[in-house]
Amino acid sequence: MTPVLSLRGASLRFGDRELWAGLDLDVEPGEFVAVLGPNGAGKTTLLKAILGQQELTAGTAEFLGRPVRRGHRRIGYIPQQRLMESGTPLRARDMIALGITGHRWGLRRESRAERERVDALVAEVGATDFALAPVASLSGGEQQRARVGQALASDPALLLCDEPLISLDLRHQRGVTDLIDEQRRKTGAAVVFVTHDVNPILDAVDRVVYIAGGHFTIGTPDEVLQADVLSALYGTPVDVVRTMGRIVIVGSNDAAHDHDGHGHHADHGDDLDPEGPVR
Amino acid sequence: MNADILTHILSFENFGELVVLVRNSIIAGAVLGIVGGLIGPFVITRNLPFAVHGISELSFAGASIALLLGINVVTGSLIGSVLAALLIGLLGSRARERNSIIAVLMPFGLGLGILALALYQGRSANKFGLLTGQIVSVDNPQLGWLLAISAIVIVTLIVVWRPLTFASVDPDVAAAAGVPVRTLSIVFMLALGLSVAVSVQIVGALLVLSLLVTPAAAALRITVSPFWVPVLSTVFAVVSVVGGILLALGGGLPISPYVTTISFTIWLVCRLVGGRRERRGGRRTKDPTARLAPRPTAAVNERVPS
Repeated sequence: MTPVLSLRGASLRFGDRELWAGLDLDVEPGEFVAVLGPNGAGKTTLLKAILGQQELTAGTAEFLGRPVRRGHRRIGYIPQQRLMESGTPLRARDMIALGITGHRWGLRRESRAERERVDALVAEVGATDFALAPVASLSGGEQQRARVGQALASDPALLLCDEPLISLDLRHQRGVTDLIDEQRRKTGAAVVFVTHDVNPILDAVDRVVYIAGGHFTIGTPDEVLQADVLSALYGTPVDVVRTMGRIVIVGSNDAAHDHDGHGHHADHGDDLDPEGPVR
Repeated sequence: MNADILTHILSFENFGELVVLVRNSIIAGAVLGIVGGLIGPFVITRNLPFAVHGISELSFAGASIALLLGINVVTGSLIGSVLAALLIGLLGSRARERNSIIAVLMPFGLGLGILALALYQGRSANKFGLLTGQIVSVDNPQLGWLLAISAIVIVTLIVVWRPLTFASVDPDVAAAAGVPVRTLSIVFMLALGLSVAVSVQIVGALLVLSLLVTPAAAALRITVSPFWVPVLSTVFAVVSVVGGILLALGGGLPISPYVTTISFTIWLVCRLVGGRRERRGGRRTKDPTARLAPRPTAAVNERVPS
């Protein structure tokens, strides 16, 4: 089977700061790959490179066997939840419909087939109850469901997720993760999921790409999320604590006070962001 | 209020004859209403109301300079607004950056315009017309210009409608889906520049917002349907301009106060209606069809033109 996404020797540097170099990665259809690492490690930049919006310094990136290009209909992109301002002239259903017709020129009525496709997507992502509510009135979780529907609309071979769970409560994190997991199993779409917190998606993840301090490690969650592996990656002692079904990554020594600066992690009682030791 | 002033403001003497005289203005006004109504919702979703004001001041500068030099005023106004729109579009991709660029350009444009008008020796009604709107007459060549430019804007908007909507509400996702977000942004700014230039001819530079923003803002108070927002906004804009021209006829006063008052009143009514509906209905049932539908799936099957 040809991989959906194939990176060979991919490197990216800004000036003399190297984000990552020599990255080789093949993502198979239906595979769920989590991209982890501290802020500023270059996780989002990796997504931008796959989207063709950021040129690699070296190496190649291929999507479906062709070099990546700017924007692709077979890539579904799910960004961070960003509250829509009131006065956005869309309802949840219209937002999903943009995934089907949003790139088309000209103006005409929605065809019967398009209407049925949108209805099916609305039902698929559990948006039926709020399909006609203004997007600005949706909760974060509802909005992300609509975004998943929008991303699925073009029958993607790859779902690129950029922190789609951020600022969602635990229940909605669960719901959105299950939805993405279910869809990749059903449609065979590969998933590349950027996150700072692996816990909500731990059950779904097949492989982890952990990027930190210009280096990276690739493997299953059990292989990568180990104290010795991450200590080697960060170049400083890091402990990985498994407690109550969650994984907490703790930087040693001066890291502790740094964690207080990231309030949103503390809410969940997990922390996969040991920026302290990296500095 | 003094009865004389009142009859001056609202006078319908010889109404029939006057309507014939301002036929051109009414046609221009109606077409302008369509342009304003269609572009308005995009101006609001793209967060550009302040840009509209900035562009109109530079359009005023262009028109004043043209008046001084004795060339076509519409041409001058077009050059001014298209230049301003392109500058704002190219330099200000982020809202904060854009706002400061506009704030820098605007007084400069106004200053230039005032200088040109001060040097201008012709009829003084021409001067104020550019800032506060015409009294009546739109002559035939001018009407031709307005119609041609408006047609360009309307056709452009229809062609880019769906990608522009996508790019306006969600630029990152639209870009990922292959929508040429950056090009669309420039195309939109050009269309906006043209719209402002034609609006300045009728309502004057200071009051362009009442045509390009107020009707859309009113429509957005009562619906979020991507079909009804532009339809209502167009109806509101056309009613404001044509209504304003008709009401202004008798008194020989500028049409702009009538246009702005009608469009403000529509906005006020929409705001009250929309606010009441929001309080009463709660957010899930904001769309009345959602409440009436026996099953949610039935509501989903509602006609939703894309």
